[in-house]
Amino acid sequence: MSDLNAAANKAVKDFLAEAEEIVDQLGSELADLADMADRSDLNPDLLNSIFRGAHSLKGLAGMFGFNDICELSHNMENLLDWLRLGRLNLDQSLMPVLFQSHELLTLLVRNVAEGGSADQAEEIAACIASINACLAPPEKSGGGSPLSQLGLSEAMLGALTEYEEHRLLENLAKGRRIYSIHTSFKLTTFDQELAQVSDLLKTYGELISTLPRVGGNMETNIDFDILFGTTLKPEEWVPMIERDSVCVTALGAFPSPPQAGLPEPPVSPPLQQPSRIPVVKHERDASAAIPPPLPSPAPAGAEEPQSAKSMSRTVRVDIGKLDELMNIVGELVLAHSSISAIATKMRTEAFSRISIELGKAAKGLGRRLTDLQKGVMEIRMIPVGQLYEKMSRIVRKISREQGKKVELKFNGADTELDKLIVEDISDPMMHIIRNAIDHGIETPELREALGKDEKGTIRISSYQKGNHVVIEVEDDGGGIDIERIKSKALQKGLVQDVGDLSDKEALDLIFMPGFSTNDEVSEVSGRGVGMDVVRNNIAAISGMVDIETVKGAGTRFIITIPITLAIIKVLIISCSGRTYAIPVTSVLESLLLTGKDIRTVERKEVIQLRETTLPLLSLDTFFGIDRRQGRPGEFYVVVVGVAEKRLGIVVDDLLGQQDIVIKSMGSAFRRFRGISGAADLGDQRTILVLDVGGMINEAMKSGN
Amino acid sequence: MNTKTILIADDSRAMRAMLTSTVESLVDCRIVEASNGFEALRLLPRENVDLILTDINMPDINGLELISYLRNNPNYKEIPIIIISTEGSQKDIDKGRLLGANDYVVKPFDPARLQELLLKYLNRP
Repeated sequence: MSDLNAAANKAVKDFLAEAEEIVDQLGSELADLADMADRSDLNPDLLNSIFRGAHSLKGLAGMFGFNDICELSHNMENLLDWLRLGRLNLDQSLMPVLFQSHELLTLLVRNVAEGGSADQAEEIAACIASINACLAPPEKSGGGSPLSQLGLSEAMLGALTEYEEHRLLENLAKGRRIYSIHTSFKLTTFDQELAQVSDLLKTYGELISTLPRVGGNMETNIDFDILFGTTLKPEEWVPMIERDSVCVTALGAFPSPPQAGLPEPPVSPPLQQPSRIPVVKHERDASAAIPPPLPSPAPAGAEEPQSAKSMSRTVRVDIGKLDELMNIVGELVLAHSSISAIATKMRTEAFSRISIELGKAAKGLGRRLTDLQKGVMEIRMIPVGQLYEKMSRIVRKISREQGKKVELKFNGADTELDKLIVEDISDPMMHIIRNAIDHGIETPELREALGKDEKGTIRISSYQKGNHVVIEVEDDGGGIDIERIKSKALQKGLVQDVGDLSDKEALDLIFMPGFSTNDEVSEVSGRGVGMDVVRNNIAAISGMVDIETVKGAGTRFIITIPITLAIIKVLIISCSGRTYAIPVTSVLESLLLTGKDIRTVERKEVIQLRETTLPLLSLDTFFGIDRRQGRPGEFYVVVVGVAEKRLGIVVDDLLGQQDIVIKSMGSAFRRFRGISGAADLGDQRTILVLDVGGMINEAMKSGN
Repeated sequence: MNTKTILIADDSRAMRAMLTSTVESLVDCRIVEASNGFEALRLLPRENVDLILTDINMPDINGLELISYLRNNPNYKEIPIIIISTEGSQKDIDKGRLLGANDYVVKPFDPARLQELLLKYLNRP
């Protein structure tokens, strides 16, 4: 059975992928459910979908031997089953239990993912206990089933799941009329046609079940009996779904069905109209067990031979495989550079004809490589909107806990970002949003007193700006009290003197380790992470975070991150004999200057660049390189910028541009300031890549 | 013995992957997968299916509806059907048996039990 074991091991990965998906979806659906519970307007499909999520998770976890997940989701499923079968009413007291179970499930699944074995037995037991507390002793569901009045065929009744039966009863109880819709589609196209009809029906009422059945032209056609409940009059919807192959019959305890001995109808609406609807094309007796054969629209195989295709046009790929591919592309790009270099060298050494041909071939190869690189890059891109969904769940959950009313608005959900960056940005964003609700948005009472809308707004917008993506998180809360930050920083001993700090500098204090303005660490924001971690996490993906705040009016966090980290174009520069690479994404321009262009203001070197004064940073002093013979008479200044910040890096020479695959330096060198990684140049040389964001921060700091 | 074709209908991707590798290790067969009754219906005319393993709770067309159709269609009437469902769905499993499913296993199942069933129904004359 070792084969089986190996298979199971491989399958754990599958399990995780799907379990995470289910848990994610459960989260957003539960949030929707909470909203519906508020409005006491329940969508049975949503409830059923949540139930199915818990049910699938239970099945999966059981199969893969994750007993705690299995047990918890089993209990959650029970509770949801009661809800969907109407044995329990959804009220606000149930939501916390569901949220709690979901949170624990998320934690358990994450434990599996991280291979950890943290023991959550107590939490699970507590959670299960609170679930069971909600389950009152089961009451017998109504004995005599009103279903019999519908005159449903045995075949139809027999294929209804318990849930579908319940939905049917619910529909009757709500006074909806039940219709049986018979359809017959060609085997080659039934999927699209059925989907069309189903989608249409869902806009007019509830689709209860779809039973495929054998019709008259079994070889070419497949028939379906759809059970459908609606309050609409037939005239309002039947014409919409009408087509050759569709036939609608009303079901119910009305004069027409020829069945005898029906029980008294306790729930049916007082409808007097005949149960057959005039617009139907082919009338059919609802109670007949076997439908008469329907005319076949066309002989088999006459047309439309396709439709073996899968409905979904997407492929799921492990990001690791894409990384590998990206690496190969990177190596190819490097190989291409060496070929180009050889071509150039050959030309100078006078192998003229062949060298020109080689140069041409290399150029063609280069173009294809650019396409390939772009293609692989695009695969990695996902819309930021995926992140938004996660955030909306968090906002709903936290605002509920805090008793604050928050509306979330999104802009630019289709802005695309590297998948890995989206993953890495999610935690810092979550933290910023938590802060915004916790510290920013005021309570509804206070907001009203201040003359604001009692509902606070958090707006997340994202847009592309050159090779960067900007994500802004903006709230209309109370803003950040700068004086309080200053006093807090003094009190905590983070700074000695706040007298000459500008507002912007004071705001930056909240990113210092050990800073937290709230005296009581709340459950929401204070999870042991401060804003310093937020800044570090963003810096780790070469991003920057900025704050703007207006007291009383709100705060805006501006996160600027590169679109991708995989392959970047760099400017190679030299400085006293050493070479470094600067990501072109952060280079704005480069200037050729001489010594007399530099002025010194407050012991800092600056140059006048158009209307502004640009601070300079010498690479040799920054890295402490011992320069034998001073700065050359002519030198270059590379103007770099991230977000709104600008800095001129003084270098000796510009050597050219190149695509590189940036590699991390490993943890041993993490503390090196100013370096974000290393790269292979393709000719056996390696080069250090400058961390522009970090250098700008350093320069601004040492400026004071 | 010819290689048999087994159709697995389950809406969970991981569960299908798990079932596929389990079944492949138990008997010599070819496997086609469907993520709901709907896809199963689409696959049936194309594939010469010798046995069906189906879940009950699936979106769109559920396992019961699938079984009911198969048992009423002379072309598929004889194909053995084994329900694979989670515990707690006993009512639905019973309905499936009534509709004509040959047997059932409850998840998490014992591979030996599944193998026994597979061999029994695949080798039926």
